Amino acid sequence: MDVVVCVKQVPDTEQPIRVRPDGGGVEEQGLNWILNYYDEHAVEEALRVREKHGGTVTVVCVGPARATEALRTALAMGADEAVHVQDPALDGADHLGVARVLAETIRQLRYDLVLCGRLATDDNASVVGPALAEYLGLPQATAISRLDISDGVAAVEREVEGGVEVLQVPLPAVFTVERTINEPRYPTLPGIMKAKRKEIRTLGLRDLGLEPGQVGAEAARVRYSRFDPPPRREAGRVVTPDSPEEGARLIAQFLQETAKVL
Amino acid sequence: MGSDVWVIADHAGGSPRRITLELLGKGRELADARGGRLVAVALGHPLDGLPRTLGEYGADAVLSVEHPHLRSYSTEAYTEVLSGIVRQRAPWLVMVPSTAWGRDCAPRLAARVGAGVVTDVEALWVQDGRLQARRPMYTRKVMGTVEYVGDGPHLAVVLPKVFAPAERREGRTADVEVVAVQVPEPRTRLVETRSLQRERVSLTEAEVVVSGGRGLRGPENFALLDALAAELGAAVGSSRPPVDSGWVPHDYEIGQTGKTVSPTVYIAVGISGAPQHLAGMSGSKYIVAINKDPNAPIFQVASLGVVGDLFQIVPKLTEEVRRLKAQG
Repeated sequence: MDVVVCVKQVPDTEQPIRVRPDGGGVEEQGLNWILNYYDEHAVEEALRVREKHGGTVTVVCVGPARATEALRTALAMGADEAVHVQDPALDGADHLGVARVLAETIRQLRYDLVLCGRLATDDNASVVGPALAEYLGLPQATAISRLDISDGVAAVEREVEGGVEVLQVPLPAVFTVERTINEPRYPTLPGIMKAKRKEIRTLGLRDLGLEPGQVGAEAARVRYSRFDPPPRREAGRVVTPDSPEEGARLIAQFLQETAKVL
Repeated sequence: MGSDVWVIADHAGGSPRRITLELLGKGRELADARGGRLVAVALGHPLDGLPRTLGEYGADAVLSVEHPHLRSYSTEAYTEVLSGIVRQRAPWLVMVPSTAWGRDCAPRLAARVGAGVVTDVEALWVQDGRLQARRPMYTRKVMGTVEYVGDGPHLAVVLPKVFAPAERREGRTADVEVVAVQVPEPRTRLVETRSLQRERVSLTEAEVVVSGGRGLRGPENFALLDALAAELGAAVGSSRPPVDSGWVPHDYEIGQTGKTVSPTVYIAVGISGAPQHLAGMSGSKYIVAINKDPNAPIFQVASLGVVGDLFQIVPKLTEEVRRLKAQG
């Protein structure tokens, strides 16, 4: 079972994120770049599939030079190979453009299964996974919390409103994973050392037979025009009541008179 | 390219779900601004009285698509049907509810028809003739404004509880058009949908959400929140630590790695207010926080913060709510 995992490098959102004064983006200085949280779960799931069924795990990333570090992290977890697509013509590409690039990259690889994270924690879009499935012409399931493979068919579960769907999906297919699917392993020291020596294959659009006009800024159907800090919530009041009864009375009064939900 | 605004209906048992009404409410405004029609699109089998009801909520026209393969959601069947009618009729804007199926389908539909797609939409407006959308990013530390390029079709996946629902007016009717479609057998098979019976009120649709954090100390204490929620007709959620500790399942989780909710009132009980939690609930109209730590960050966003012992305050609050309700 050969598995391809799509990964993205994102800023650690546990740290402060500030909008540039011109509203044109976020301040990149001082950001700590990491492998997207959900992609760690996708890499972990791929490693578990390999452990159970044999095969290989290849991680693929579309991003600038610094994104190589995200691929190194995935290699240190245990992935076999890494492919990094970088091209200046991809500045300003939208998610559909990125998905198209990933699809052309994956077409050049051997795969029975493609995994992505449910979303990337920088832009939260959740667009690339299903769009990639479309470009590859494969069945899909998004935000899966369980994956079992036998006889070329995947049994997957996904959370929906008020329930859990159980689906049977013939492989090859594209799945995006929810965080509950597994607990990712930490890279080991030997794993990190080994990952440093591994060669990461770098490709540009030309290698994929793509023109900038097909996937770059020119092709984008949406573009970010500005970024703003979130609206500040009006400061409320914080009280330390003399008794639990008083605290309860204050809240009930608030629910009735201010929020009007009683 | 056309000027119509489409709303893809989310429905159950022949009735539109609340988010459909919210999309119809906003869709009406945008269709009027654009000079197009508001069109509701209903996929299912059977649809019963749904198309007629959508007319009562203000749709000018309803596209009614019934097929056995649309009985439950399937990525392939929905994408096939929607891409076919979008290509044929060229709407300006397609509004899709941000539900499990909406998030699964919209990006694939966008890729198939070559439309721009924006997810987690919290605002939509037209500026200089171009459609704009606003959405939270980076754990809601940034709000991004996205401009759609070209004349459409544009796809917007809209979060629940951000737009006011359309009002129902009996007797208002839409032109209902029954659309005949060919739907190939999907490759993916839905084996079953296991119902999570405990969900009395849907978290993302609830007017009031009562949510517990690490301060609850154990799974058994969520009973305190259940009791309060029952009095308030509220849904129960949690921050991440109770999920990671196995006290409650993942579908309770609100925050960066869980659900986004925007109720009228969010009652945070024993929740410190980490940024990753705030990302999922700071769109609430009012936030009430109960925490014993006066320095908890949750108090910085709370409309009303009460410093004290949740184990004493919550049961008293439940009693007090019951008393007020009895008074009418």
